[in-house]
Amino acid sequence: MNLAATSFGIAMAAGALSIVAALTIPARARSALVGSGVAITGLAGVAAGAAAMTGQAFSLALTGVLPLSGVSFSLDALGGLFVAVTGGVAVATGIYGISYAREGSRSTQAALPVFVTAMLLVPVASTVGTFGLAWELMALASLLLVLTEHRHRPEVAGAGRWYAVLTHAGFITVLIGLLLLAGHATGDSFPELREAAGHLSPAVAGIVFVTTLAGFASKAGIVPLHAWLPRAHPEAPSHVSALMSAAMVNLGVYGIVRIGFDLLGGGPRWWWLLVLALGAVSAVYGILQAAMGTDLKRLLGYSTTENMGLVLIGVGAAGLFAASGDRGLAALALAAALLHVVGHATFKTLLFLAAGSVLHATGTRDLDALGGLRSPMPVTTAAFGWGALAASALPPGTAFVSEWLLLQALIHGLPASGVATAIAMPVAVAAVALTAGLAVATFVKAFGVGFLARPRSSAAGNAHESPATMLAGMAVAGAAAAVLAVAPSVVLPGVAAASNAALGAAGPAVTGVVTLRLAGIAGSLSPLMLTLALLAAVLATAGAVRLLSTRRARRAARLWDCGAGPLSARMEYTATSFAEPLQRVFDDVVQPETDVDVTHHRESDYLVAAVEYRRRVPDRIERRLYQPVLTALSAWGQAGRRLATGSVHRYLGYGFYAVCGVLLLVAVTR
Amino acid sequence: MSALGIVGGVVQPVVVVAVSPVLVGLMRQVRAKLEGRAGAGIGQPWRDLRKLVRKEPIAPRGTSEVFRFAPLVLVATTLVVAVVAPFATTDSAVPAGADLFAVVALLALGTVALALAGLDTGTAFGGMGASREMTIIALVEPTLLVAIFALSVRVGSTGLGAIVTSTLHDPARVISPVSLLAAVALVVVIVAETGRLPVDNPSTHLELTMVHEAMILEYAGPDLALVELASAMRLSVFLGLLANLFLPWGIATTAAPLAILVGLLAWVVKVALLGAVLAAGEVFLAKLRLFRVPELLAGSFLLALLAVAASFFLA
Repeated sequence: MNLAATSFGIAMAAGALSIVAALTIPARARSALVGSGVAITGLAGVAAGAAAMTGQAFSLALTGVLPLSGVSFSLDALGGLFVAVTGGVAVATGIYGISYAREGSRSTQAALPVFVTAMLLVPVASTVGTFGLAWELMALASLLLVLTEHRHRPEVAGAGRWYAVLTHAGFITVLIGLLLLAGHATGDSFPELREAAGHLSPAVAGIVFVTTLAGFASKAGIVPLHAWLPRAHPEAPSHVSALMSAAMVNLGVYGIVRIGFDLLGGGPRWWWLLVLALGAVSAVYGILQAAMGTDLKRLLGYSTTENMGLVLIGVGAAGLFAASGDRGLAALALAAALLHVVGHATFKTLLFLAAGSVLHATGTRDLDALGGLRSPMPVTTAAFGWGALAASALPPGTAFVSEWLLLQALIHGLPASGVATAIAMPVAVAAVALTAGLAVATFVKAFGVGFLARPRSSAAGNAHESPATMLAGMAVAGAAAAVLAVAPSVVLPGVAAASNAALGAAGPAVTGVVTLRLAGIAGSLSPLMLTLALLAAVLATAGAVRLLSTRRARRAARLWDCGAGPLSARMEYTATSFAEPLQRVFDDVVQPETDVDVTHHRESDYLVAAVEYRRRVPDRIERRLYQPVLTALSAWGQAGRRLATGSVHRYLGYGFYAVCGVLLLVAVTR
Repeated sequence: MSALGIVGGVVQPVVVVAVSPVLVGLMRQVRAKLEGRAGAGIGQPWRDLRKLVRKEPIAPRGTSEVFRFAPLVLVATTLVVAVVAPFATTDSAVPAGADLFAVVALLALGTVALALAGLDTGTAFGGMGASREMTIIALVEPTLLVAIFALSVRVGSTGLGAIVTSTLHDPARVISPVSLLAAVALVVVIVAETGRLPVDNPSTHLELTMVHEAMILEYAGPDLALVELASAMRLSVFLGLLANLFLPWGIATTAAPLAILVGLLAWVVKVALLGAVLAAGEVFLAKLRLFRVPELLAGSFLLALLAVAASFFLA
């Protein structure tokens, strides 16, 4: 029994105990026990994952648990990374949930530890059967959690339906792909699949990759299979949103890396060009929708699509380099992608928890109705501000480091030649660049409009700070994001071990403690030094101002109101008006719907009584792609209705003709 | 960290702070002369700063720490860029920070701080300026990054020092299509980023046209002095980057006192010349309508993409 196995065992035991506690303990102490149980599960998961990344591994086969196949687990460095990330998110959300989920019912309280345990099991599963079991358990538990508030809001049911359909369609395609692969192997364990993949025909391997990619991409919220994500993430309770957005979507990436690199052993270029293209489209489309959005949690959901898109750009580039035989560069690209997975988990947890705190205090997610939260909710405001900085690829933020690494990999990939690479790399860089620019605008909007200035509604005006455990949950996530931003070298060895486990490359792609250096190519960056330099410059400037200026106290003064009396909150810029110029720029892409209603006075049509302006930015891909399918389905249902009139004679007739038809078919084909 | 780098890291920020207001004065003077006015002299920006810094600090009601810290962050980001980037010396005091992405991101951080300050005031002007500035930066950032990509591909590094040194060793590169396309793209985005004509008019207070001025409307006294100083510094930093990425000659490659002196002089002269050309060009330009600006930026993005394509197909 090594540390990895022991910790994983503790995690499973703590998870199981939390489930039991949720079902048996009376409501008063339930959320505290379940929350701490989930946090302990997460902490043990982090320990197990970290141990796996330092080279400890374990495997365990329990043949008697399930009929036919049994279950078997094995933890390696690649799985360890995802176990650790999931565990970390669970720690923050568990602590947060102690007070946030106090009113939750018995079943939803129990679903949370089930969800966390299932997510920890997915990267550890080592047979197709076990993988499917853990995957489905995760999907069902998360579906239950999404539906938690269905009694309060009717939209929840719709979101749950979308989620249920898309996640199960995804599961079916993954299963088809894996079964096809297992059909060519001697068994369904991953080592046997790995061995069988060596002598698979390119066509079969391609089909396996594409079908599993479709399923995993839908879990990761990749365009065009993202439709569930901006629906389900906002409607779930916020700590569940954090778990889904920061931990569950990662498992889609895990699936792609595990199947594509580890089991199928790389593959031809077109696989990875496909992955890269999907990533680029998702990144740009996701952040565009987020930039237009006015719903705080929906905006964060779209930002998840964007970040998963960036990760897939890295994964696709890694596959492309590996297919061209450049292992070093492939390791760099995959390390960048995995570091982004880790970084995204920290800041997205923080952002969703802070959004949940706002929702808890004001009861609204509408940015147009928020504002002025900094004095009533200083900690939440600071947490969201830090999360926004970490998400927008600016120093000293978390995403800055991983996006820098990603761009380094892409830039050095161009001389690696091949026409496909030569076209793909500039397009990928342009996508990353466009995403970076729009992300800055998005998060300035979310933070500046949502938290600064004056409250735009009475709900925001009466806000109050959240209880201590919720703040502690945010503090955990914020501290993790800070560590990754300033000293990413803490996790880089683990990331390198994971990417080596996937690619089979030797040696870390990024080295250095204070200064990150790239192996084999020129490039270095020191996030710590940059942060220190910035701090020193701020202090120097503040000192110089103190020295030079008159040392008088600041005098409070009126804001410039054009001399027209006090400014009201209605004169402020809202999220809608803030995004309006951007919406005009990307008018052809997002195609917003605007409505202007003018009401005239009854006495005279020349006098306007009220003007109402409404703007909606519908998801265009969703409308174009899903609407026809839904229309066809309902038309099919209408047609089916005509067949079933309720007449027993008719049904007997159907049976008779069907039997005759089958008999005829048998007679003809034999 | 070499001796040359340390000298550069100490001298460059001092020169940037001291000379930037003079650069702005010079540009105003060039415009004034071309428009047939006498002008206030090139020392006027410094006199304005001195006046502002002595005034009483003001805290507009309803603003928070974000509003108070934004000018500090704005100046600090520009100072860090002045320390790390190769303006007078090829080596950097913090080599691990002299990366083009880091420099672009640092300058963007300053803009973000100012936009948040604009939103923090809660006035229509502040929100309007912030919204417009963010729209512009969302389009400027991609162009900057893609143009950088074009320049770094052939060098194999995004280190500023490496790009400058490689151009020094191979002067023929300057007139290659890659360089020319990237240079044009960079000129457009620098004009946009520093708020010059035809994107923004630095000398107007007309609400329909304002971008930068709308964001900083609530600042007064020492805070305004910092903001004004920072925008002057950003202008000279951007012009210095443009000059040294494409015409690096004269920059000091050794720590000899003479070489450093020549490096400093060459830098100041290049930036002054670029500034004078920019100011002369502004005389003939009117401000673009706000919603025509994205078209201009999209054009420069396309040029940058063409530069990347050229860097591969002509390599």
